[in-house]
Amino acid sequence: MSDLQSTAQQVIDRAKKDGATAADVLIREDDSFSVTVRMGEIETLKQAISRKVMLRVFVGKRTAASQTSDLTPAVIQALVDETVEMARLTSDDDSAGLPEPAVYRNGAPDLQLVDRSWETVTPAQRIDFAIRTEAAALSTDKAITNSEGASFEYARSQVAVANSLGFNGAYEGTTAALYCVPIAQSSEGMQRDHWVSAARHQDQMDLPENIGRKAAERALRRLGARKVPTAEVPVIFDPLTARSLLGHLFEAISGSAIYRRGSFLIDQIGQPVAAENVTIVDDALMPAGLGSIPFDDEGVSTRLTPIIERGVLKNYLHSAYTARKLGATPTGNGTRTASGSVTIGPTNFYLKPGSYTPEEIIGSTKNGLYVVELIGFGVNTVTGDYSRGAVGIWVENGKFVRPVQEVTIAGNLREMLNNIEMIGNDVTFQGSIAAPTLKIRNMVISGE
Amino acid sequence: MELTRSIFFQTYNLTVSDLETYLNEALSRGGDYADLYFEYRINHSIVLEEQIIKSATKSVGLGVGVRVISGEKTGYAYSDDLNRENVIKAARTAAFIANASTEGGKIRVSAPLSEERNLYPIPLLPAELEISSKIALLQESDRAARAFDSRITQVQASYVDETKHVLIVTSDGKAAWDLQPMVRLNVMCIAEEAGRRQSGYQGAGGRRGLDIFTGELDPKAIACESARQAILQLGAVDAPAGPMEVVLGPGWPGILLHEAIGHGLEADFNRKKTSAFSGLVGQKVASELCTVVDDGTIPFRRGSLNMDDEGNPTHQTILIENGTLRGYLQDRLSSKLMGLPLTGNGRRQSYDHIPLPRMTNTFMMAGDSAPEDIIKSVKKGLYAVQFGGGQVDITSGKFVFSASEAYLIEDGHITAPVKGATLIGDGPTVLRQVRAVGSHLKLDHGIGICGKDGQTIPVGVGLPTIKIREITVGGTAK
Repeated sequence: MSDLQSTAQQVIDRAKKDGATAADVLIREDDSFSVTVRMGEIETLKQAISRKVMLRVFVGKRTAASQTSDLTPAVIQALVDETVEMARLTSDDDSAGLPEPAVYRNGAPDLQLVDRSWETVTPAQRIDFAIRTEAAALSTDKAITNSEGASFEYARSQVAVANSLGFNGAYEGTTAALYCVPIAQSSEGMQRDHWVSAARHQDQMDLPENIGRKAAERALRRLGARKVPTAEVPVIFDPLTARSLLGHLFEAISGSAIYRRGSFLIDQIGQPVAAENVTIVDDALMPAGLGSIPFDDEGVSTRLTPIIERGVLKNYLHSAYTARKLGATPTGNGTRTASGSVTIGPTNFYLKPGSYTPEEIIGSTKNGLYVVELIGFGVNTVTGDYSRGAVGIWVENGKFVRPVQEVTIAGNLREMLNNIEMIGNDVTFQGSIAAPTLKIRNMVISGE
Repeated sequence: MELTRSIFFQTYNLTVSDLETYLNEALSRGGDYADLYFEYRINHSIVLEEQIIKSATKSVGLGVGVRVISGEKTGYAYSDDLNRENVIKAARTAAFIANASTEGGKIRVSAPLSEERNLYPIPLLPAELEISSKIALLQESDRAARAFDSRITQVQASYVDETKHVLIVTSDGKAAWDLQPMVRLNVMCIAEEAGRRQSGYQGAGGRRGLDIFTGELDPKAIACESARQAILQLGAVDAPAGPMEVVLGPGWPGILLHEAIGHGLEADFNRKKTSAFSGLVGQKVASELCTVVDDGTIPFRRGSLNMDDEGNPTHQTILIENGTLRGYLQDRLSSKLMGLPLTGNGRRQSYDHIPLPRMTNTFMMAGDSAPEDIIKSVKKGLYAVQFGGGQVDITSGKFVFSASEAYLIEDGHITAPVKGATLIGDGPTVLRQVRAVGSHLKLDHGIGICGKDGQTIPVGVGLPTIKIREITVGGTAK
């Protein structure tokens, strides 16, 4: 048993002594390093080890939670005492409680979350990754005149979860990301864009030179962007912007949105909710996946959960609470928030690749917008209404013709899901939510 | 502010000599400047949902961030406790950014003195309040929202507070501390009718005690406003698409200024020349009707601070004066490198983050048009009074903000409510389109959260009623 696991056990014991009928705890330790380089020089260098203890207690059907970064035994003890007191002041809630014992797995599967070889990479080499990335971006074209910099981040995390039913598990993971934000300039103004490679293993990372060049090319193609007339046309989302659509969908199928009736997808299990070519899964067990975990923050064994299969809604994602509330099984998506309470989080939540190359999808479009960046928060999960600021490239007769900015794209997520006409073969994982290129039959573009 | 002294100097046994040791370690490789940011923070939250108190949480944050500046470079490290060994380790880690072989001179810290100004004097800290008084606010909200209309089917009310002690010590020998309270109440409603569902939201808060929740901000008023918005949306028509004349209501629509102007004037982007506003100081960027300020000194406001997170007093900074761009929002690093005065805008989320130039309360001064005359002057347009969030691309200057309550204006009259829509424009030019500024400035209710480089901080905005000649509205009705 690791140090974290024994601290976790002590917290549980204290809570029970205080009168908690059940309790669970999560302890997380992150050893992190980050460097940002700008115009060839180090701008910031940051390094730290941080720890957090998150506790949840039940007094009968009453719940309270707490969190502390101060692990001094006296502070933890006082916080446990106070959390139990707080729980007594909340209301009885029939669905409250730990996950049932049946959902814990003995022995965690090896998900290849750790790459020990990162430990042999010196700080100088880490800094060099960022320097090479930015240098590649700056040398791509003389129109790349400036930069917001390139960053390399690395973290080794340890997580321990224990509860009063006897579950006590721990796992480790490494993650790294190399990120670059170059700025291109022309007489019409400046444009920036970015590219990132993120992975758990060194050999999954893209080369710094490729990341820098790709980021530069993305910024360059935006130069001279302008508005287009207001129109209703097909819209192609590149894998990064398509990923944001999956993010909205994740919100809409999370058990907490469902029981609150705050989703346009309530009461629709077994119903067609998307075009027939759409299959979406949440797969916690993907080897070396950025969102892979052997058990969730409640200790529940993780798995592959089909969300949409050939257009039909199969499952919502649950914590122990939302599962009990909605008469379902926990799916291993319980996630602790910063305050210590439990909500729903994605593992590897993605739309399965289709058969088309991105070029074929662009080539199929007579007149439309290829979207490369979306900004703003104009998405209503309750109704599905969607309206966001977009940057992209206009497509005419299957070819990119000119960059576009200062326009919005609008529609409704329900209709957008049903109007997914083509799916790319290029799923791009840069985090726990991912998607391939997607073409949506029509949306309203508001511009001039 | 003796309490803060007791937290760091008594409970955690910190001494002036410790502070000097840490700063000397931080500059042991010859950096130009170092500072220590000590933080002890307690947060509470309570959630009411389905008419019961679902959960209560408490969160404790303690730590110290050590920053070392050497030229344009910043080294940063932090410790999650105030254990002497760990703080020294963090100081040595941050020191690595500098690489001079000789040590700097020995630092002397003057004993901390209290600031005279207190913008948020309150009798009881949020951390000391009885949980029952907080629960009462939620129960009152729930009752009021449900009583507002039988079509309200769900009410989620939440209360959050923060009690934050900060001590900042710099290698200039200065020490300063602050005690920063914050409370907030949120009410989210769902209305259902004939298979249609809509949501409404209203919240309020500030650096104050629970007495803030009276009058216009009492739980009942907040809940009814949330319920009213949900019900109103049930009857909303599709929002228009395309450029049109837009009237923004007073208060929270000031998010326009935050996105269109404020971020682009943060000094770091201008020092690096990555902002669409770079090099525009002294130039006309807005109609003469527009004067925009950032003011961190308004008592009890969510965006206000006695001192920023680098220990410098906050100010009122004029960003745009009668249409002319005047200046930037500075933190220490940018002000030094640009040779411009400090404005007290160096802020950070917490001890584990590097300070950056950020906004406080950003608003436009009142003009002289009567709000009703502004509406009457519009033949065909949009009247937007409530917004969700906004975002800006600093480099291209394009920004968005999303209306959650808006109406069509037809022949000078407010008519049908429309569904949510995003408005998009160009920061450096949108204020040139301002054709009228209302006679009454309203500040928001204290709900703003601003994100930058992964750090979120509380901010405020404000606006009188204004008319914009043309901005693109992103609806679906052509």
